[in-house]
Amino acid sequence: MATEILMPALSPTMEEGTLAKWNVKEGDTVTAGDIIAEIETDKATMEFEAVDEGIVGKILIEEGTEGVKVNTPIAIFVEEGESTDDLSAASAPAEAAPAAEATHESAPAAAKPAAPVEVVSKASPDFPEGTEMKQQTVREALRDAMAEEMRRDETVFLMGEEVAEYQGAYKISQGMLDEFGSKRVIDTPITEHGFAGIATGAAFGGLKPIVEFMTFNFAMQAIDHLINSAAKTLYMSGGQMGAPMVFRGPNGAAARVGAQHSQDYAAWYAQIPGLKVVMPYSAADYKGLMKTAIRDPNPVIFLENEILYGKSFEVPVLDEFTIPFGKARIWREGTDVTIVSFGIGMTYALEAADKLAEEGISAEVIDLRTLRPIDYDTVLASVMKTNRCVTVEEGWPVASIGNHLSATIMQRAFDYLDAPVINCTGKDVPMPYAANLEKLALVTTDEVVAACKEVTYR
Amino acid sequence: MAPRKSASKTTSSNVSKDELLAYYKDMLLIRRFEEKAGQLYGMGLIGGFCHLYIGQEAVVVGLEAATKEGDKRITSYRDHGHMLACGMDANGVMAELTGREGGYSKGKGGSMHMFSKEKHFYGGHGIVGAQVPLGAGLAFSDKYKGNDNVTFAYFGDGAANQGQVYETYNMAELWDLPIVFVIENNQYAMGTSVQRSTKSPSLWERGAAYGIEGEEVDGMDVLAVKDAGERAVAYCRAGKGPYILEVKTYRYRGHSMSDPAKYRTREEVQKMREERDPIEAVRSILLTGGHASEDDLKAIDKDIKAVVNESAEFAKTSPEPALEELWTDIYA
Ligand SMILES: Cc1ncc(C[n+]2csc(CCOP(=O)(O)OP(=O)(O)O)c2C)c(N)n1
Ligand SMILES: [Mg+2]
Repeated sequence: MATEILMPALSPTMEEGTLAKWNVKEGDTVTAGDIIAEIETDKATMEFEAVDEGIVGKILIEEGTEGVKVNTPIAIFVEEGESTDDLSAASAPAEAAPAAEATHESAPAAAKPAAPVEVVSKASPDFPEGTEMKQQTVREALRDAMAEEMRRDETVFLMGEEVAEYQGAYKISQGMLDEFGSKRVIDTPITEHGFAGIATGAAFGGLKPIVEFMTFNFAMQAIDHLINSAAKTLYMSGGQMGAPMVFRGPNGAAARVGAQHSQDYAAWYAQIPGLKVVMPYSAADYKGLMKTAIRDPNPVIFLENEILYGKSFEVPVLDEFTIPFGKARIWREGTDVTIVSFGIGMTYALEAADKLAEEGISAEVIDLRTLRPIDYDTVLASVMKTNRCVTVEEGWPVASIGNHLSATIMQRAFDYLDAPVINCTGKDVPMPYAANLEKLALVTTDEVVAACKEVTYR
Repeated sequence: MAPRKSASKTTSSNVSKDELLAYYKDMLLIRRFEEKAGQLYGMGLIGGFCHLYIGQEAVVVGLEAATKEGDKRITSYRDHGHMLACGMDANGVMAELTGREGGYSKGKGGSMHMFSKEKHFYGGHGIVGAQVPLGAGLAFSDKYKGNDNVTFAYFGDGAANQGQVYETYNMAELWDLPIVFVIENNQYAMGTSVQRSTKSPSLWERGAAYGIEGEEVDGMDVLAVKDAGERAVAYCRAGKGPYILEVKTYRYRGHSMSDPAKYRTREEVQKMREERDPIEAVRSILLTGGHASEDDLKAIDKDIKAVVNESAEFAKTSPEPALEELWTDIYA
């Protein structure tokens, strides 16, 4: 019987990949465990092993093909003695299946009505209008920011698990070991508490460490040093010494990695005096804010997001591009409601604004970008204009960033409010693994839309 | 104390046919199960992280052979083999991997987080090293209650560098806790080889600093593992305190599903598979010792495939958890 070999999912976030190379050709006999192809995922180039034995009957996807969706048939294996004539029959329906799915997916988009509200996106205040731009992923922007700062300042170094030889567990430090050598790009054992302490001591000693946590979930092993050692020493020493350093890594939910690996620490760190806390959304912000973080004389918690790593944005081509902390960015101007978010929450905020526009509701969308300091003024000015506010974040609802903003708005703009502020957050549960439950646990665009309608009484 | 290297070798002479067949079946079940899990992951039916145990089967099968009812076990995220070896149901494990209602955690835990009170399996932990003090706590509870149960705490060579392991060693010895610390040294922590993470020549000898006995074991030899397990268990049951087994093993597959595999050569993996495979070793004892024929083994293979296929079918057809489950089990 002919078996279809499907494009495999090789990472939690992989939706499509590049079929980089075929290691077999039609007619080859394959046994279980043989490497049949090399596939490039969002994280790595991986070898694809055959799980069963068979003969390569037909290769359906040429090597070098990019954007091959997971589960697309890429080859057909036959058994010994099986005629290749059966192949056309076997491959035809299989190839038709994903195509049908694709048209189904695009159907609702085509049916969208024209937006009645005009969308005004304010130019970025971070660089002059007319600056040359290039497309970059968040991943590339982060690496460029670190590499540029390491070229500029000898005391900056990167340390963490798998940052050097492995090129980064999420490929953020790709190529950095080659450029800077093992003195400045340092692999550590799996000992977060230890290396966070060592890095903090090194910062006391006058260096500027960048500590990568493979994910911020593992920084909980080290949180004592982040808070008790890094954040408080400047104060405790009466200003004599502090910890000029960056703690960075992916934060929040990825995709189906369960309760211990899916937690948003934004509100946790934002509570700590002595820390600065950054949680960007766009690649340009990742770049400009990372450069600022490295130059800042304080410990900076830099919260990244795995799902955003592969997302592309326009990034300015400038030799010196930094973005100051404490300046929110207005992504979209509007008059009816203010949506405030940060990090991956911006995805829902912007999607919601698009949907609301179709229904004639004009939303102003603000990206806080830094959570300590917070740009209250931009938020308050917007709320005074729209008289309504919805906050969006992936973290838990109790003592959230949204709670804090609501209190601030209440105190400083009470008379301007036409409705109570609504906080859209992740649900008050540990992250479940099951696909359907995980979707429910996360904040959704629909919830943001509903909240905006509620505060605008629509 | 007298730490030592384990001397046992695979000698079939004093091992019964039934015992050999049982090890063969248990190891084969894990291997076929894991291969199937890899397939389901590739098809998108399993999400997130999925750490396969292929190559390491002799470790859990050998050690489980040294346990008695009431003994406890706890491990990391690379946990499928441990669950099957302690008698948990393949259907329930596979359905947890697909995040379905029929899974051991009703689909809420996933590959890394499964538990079975009935089988005294205390998880499935995602934070490297966390299961070590937790395991000592389980042992503490048995000692407190005054029974003679033993806890097996499994952790990796990478985890062996975590500070909490050494805090635990100190207290476990101080309080004579009945725990076997099993270091599954598969030579790599993700892409970092043991040589790149420590300069200490062996991991089990670190116990000496705390006065803990231990030994190194050939983890590709299920009989050697079982022997060492029996020694460790006897020591713990006698109330002498903890014991360390550093079991030298090897994982054939990537760390999780996405692994660029640049940190070791294809030849290194191939050589292990060809020369040291734990299942092949028992298979050859069975055949050369006249305990089983090729046909007998084929029949076993077929039965195991059927069990695994059924688990996959169950895992595909078991429904997703009810939406209300999002809000249950947060508080007791
Ligand atoms: C505290 C912590 N740090 C980092 C990680 C990410 N991580 C998961 S598994 C792993 C490697 C562990 O290797 P080892 O202990 O040898 O076990 P193995 O995977 O080989 O079974 C790492 C770094 C984690 N889960 N927890
Ligand atoms: Mg290991």
